[in-house]
Amino acid sequence: MDFSVTVASHGRWEVLTVTGEIDMATAPRFRQRLLAVISAGVQNVVIDLSGVDFIDSTGLGVLMGAAKRVRSTGGDIRLVMSGSRLAELIELTRLDRVLDVFDSISAATEESEA
Amino acid sequence: MSDPASMDFEIPARPEYLSLVRALVVEAAEMDTNLSHERVEDFKVAVSEATTNAIEAHARACRDESIQIRCKITEDRLEFHITDRGFGFYPDQIQVLPEPDDPSRLNFERGLGIYLMRVLSDDVEIKSGPDGTQVCLAIHLSGNNSDS
Repeated sequence: MDFSVTVASHGRWEVLTVTGEIDMATAPRFRQRLLAVISAGVQNVVIDLSGVDFIDSTGLGVLMGAAKRVRSTGGDIRLVMSGSRLAELIELTRLDRVLDVFDSISAATEESEA
Repeated sequence: MSDPASMDFEIPARPEYLSLVRALVVEAAEMDTNLSHERVEDFKVAVSEATTNAIEAHARACRDESIQIRCKITEDRLEFHITDRGFGFYPDQIQVLPEPDDPSRLNFERGLGIYLMRVLSDDVEIKSGPDGTQVCLAIHLSGNNSDS
């Protein structure tokens, strides 16, 4: 699956849906899209990685950088991943302790609105 | 798989070739049909991390040379050797990252590559010097799997 990032609004959340592989080749485009959203003043960001086939440390670094930027302005960032492989990698690197992970977009956005 | 096989590849030191290297890992791993999908996926990440580091090393050193990749399959191991001609580094002097529950952890967007190589491979050997770095990653094949 080719790398792509699409952005859509879900209530007060801006949801970035990513597909394909996130590595050194595609991470710059991923970072650019994320920064564009954050720079536009969006404070509540969901990144849907359910369609991502592969992510490496470069991609994880982009997620960490985005989390830092969003939280520095009092915002919130959440990850969605239905594939167990990505979730395992997040757990393995223990990034699940600093990044909130959900198994669906509705779970990521509903909880905050409760 | 009684006959050891060794294959040498060269890739341009450019990020767009990473997916090709990962495809090589999958093809090589599939020669052992007992290797689980999860193990192959783990090893794919490890080899991709080593290759990423090699590409970055060439960029830092302004070298236009290819990255050397050797795939070696023996009776009980699948090995990938990734060799670059960068400036080298000292693996023991890599910065220790803050603990994951420390908020300052998010200040470090880099530094996970070698950690992932170590936890996703069965054996890792790194030789580095001023003329470059060679990383050897290996997983044990069927009968010696350390599946988690």
